Amino acid sequence: MIKSQNLKGYTIRDIQEGLQKKEFSAEEIFNHYFVKINIENKKLNAYLSTFNFKPSTFDSQALLAGASSVAIRSLYGVPAAIKDNILIDGTVATAGSKILKNYISAYDATVISRLKKAGVQFLGKTNLDEFAMGSSTENSAFGPTKNPHNLEKVPGGSSGGSAAAVAADLCVFALGSDTGGSIRQPASFCGVVGLKPTYGRVSRHGVMALASSLDQIGPFTKNVYDTALVMNAISGYDIFDATTVKDDVPDFTKNLSKPIKGLKIGIPKEYLGEGLSEEVKQRIEYSIKALESLGCELEEISLPHSDYALAVYYIVLPCEASSNLARFDGIRYGHSSEKGNNLFEVYENSRAEGFGSEPKRRIMLGTYALSSGYYDAYYLKAQKVRALIKKDFDDAFKRVDVVVGPTSPTTAFKIGEKSSDPLSMYLSDIYTVPVNLAGLPGISIPCGNGAESGMPVGFQIIGKQFDEEIILRVAHQLELSITSH
Amino acid sequence: MDSRTIKHIASLAKIKLTDREEEKISNELSAILGYVDQLNNINTDEAEPLYQTTGLINSMREDKSRKDFEMDESLNEKLIDQAPSRQNRFVKIKSVLRKP
Repeated sequence: MIKSQNLKGYTIRDIQEGLQKKEFSAEEIFNHYFVKINIENKKLNAYLSTFNFKPSTFDSQALLAGASSVAIRSLYGVPAAIKDNILIDGTVATAGSKILKNYISAYDATVISRLKKAGVQFLGKTNLDEFAMGSSTENSAFGPTKNPHNLEKVPGGSSGGSAAAVAADLCVFALGSDTGGSIRQPASFCGVVGLKPTYGRVSRHGVMALASSLDQIGPFTKNVYDTALVMNAISGYDIFDATTVKDDVPDFTKNLSKPIKGLKIGIPKEYLGEGLSEEVKQRIEYSIKALESLGCELEEISLPHSDYALAVYYIVLPCEASSNLARFDGIRYGHSSEKGNNLFEVYENSRAEGFGSEPKRRIMLGTYALSSGYYDAYYLKAQKVRALIKKDFDDAFKRVDVVVGPTSPTTAFKIGEKSSDPLSMYLSDIYTVPVNLAGLPGISIPCGNGAESGMPVGFQIIGKQFDEEIILRVAHQLELSITSH
Repeated sequence: MDSRTIKHIASLAKIKLTDREEEKISNELSAILGYVDQLNNINTDEAEPLYQTTGLINSMREDKSRKDFEMDESLNEKLIDQAPSRQNRFVKIKSVLRKP
């Protein structure tokens, strides 16, 4: 086995090198992870299900036939974990819910078929807050996932399983979904890299919808270069997702090392004030200084409607979710109640028995806000404020190239600490949610551990629409600077 | 939020709630709605609602088969295989129309 220099285990480059130098085969590296998962998953509960090695995927003749793009060979043999709200044909997809406990996916999500074409090996499906609703993975019907840095703490959510799997080296990379921070916040809590692409960059076909105007699929990786590689494979227009754009996808690895000297870094004055923990603030300020010493120009900006982003989100999301979750009615798939003398009773009992408390809460909230007489006051009003939030960013990007700040106001909290108060749980999304509302790309990279808790802190870099290149570039060079000190 | 409203919403949402759940959700919803109420402090007279951020309008495709699936017996099986109640090629449900 090639012993990776990286303490975090194998990176994508390690796998590429190892396979090329014939230090291991695709099967051997798969089994390395398979065995490791069998040993360590019990204590972490990162994976809900695992797969066996599939030799047929590795017929290199078949892969290379007609393979012309960079993407097809770059991820060959790389073992990955997939969040359990993304469909892989023929395998169980639970969405972390009892209502889909035995649901078998009828087709591959587009991101999956693209990764298959690229030669990726799937290790299994990872744990999540039920239907991606949550910020801690405590809302999973199958138990919480533990943070590999401290087993009494949450890994974040909703993609906690994917983040933990990468952090614990139980895979080389993972996919998650991000609606209000569900990739970036767990990446921040677990000390790994997590990217939410621009809305419209990556197809949502085959991903169980939460809030259709906010959801995006993105990678969890051990370094920024790997993020760029995965993005190359999964991005781009999809005929099955009418919200994907036809813009060309650049090679995201190409400009990573292009000097960032002279780039303007926007620091929102609203982001470094009240509510931010001291230990997180220290690491953010350290990272900003690092950017300055790399030659970037710092500029204070204002995003005046920041304070309202959470309120907008907690109307828009429940409304869209109440519509998206209406399909779970016990008729075509999923849990169906034995109780029920008529059709309506089948619906209401199946859903009562199958959904956990967070989905029920959000569906009720969304149903109320969309009900007759309330649509204008809530959903319409929220979408108008959403326009103002986006405008704040558009105005800022006239003056700066990227906007930075903390990913989360605190480091990972203890399991159970916030689960009894939904509103306090929602507050951990304050820095991530505006990015989804504005449809912008955002990445969280580790920037050291908090002085008080010793837990990872995440630094968030936000870019203009479709400008993943620049946030990857800044992230890559900041990452190099941080890890060398 | 009063009990009648909660019951009405639960009926629209097609989720049967226990009495205890009704009370809990009523309190939680009141708290959350109280929080989001702050949006009324903002003047949005000039704002157009932002429903999605790509700016795409009428994302159409050609009226041709996408050739995503081969329509055959095995696909049929796959798609309705998981319906809890089936009869031949049909998903079976409780009566929709009442007999006169």
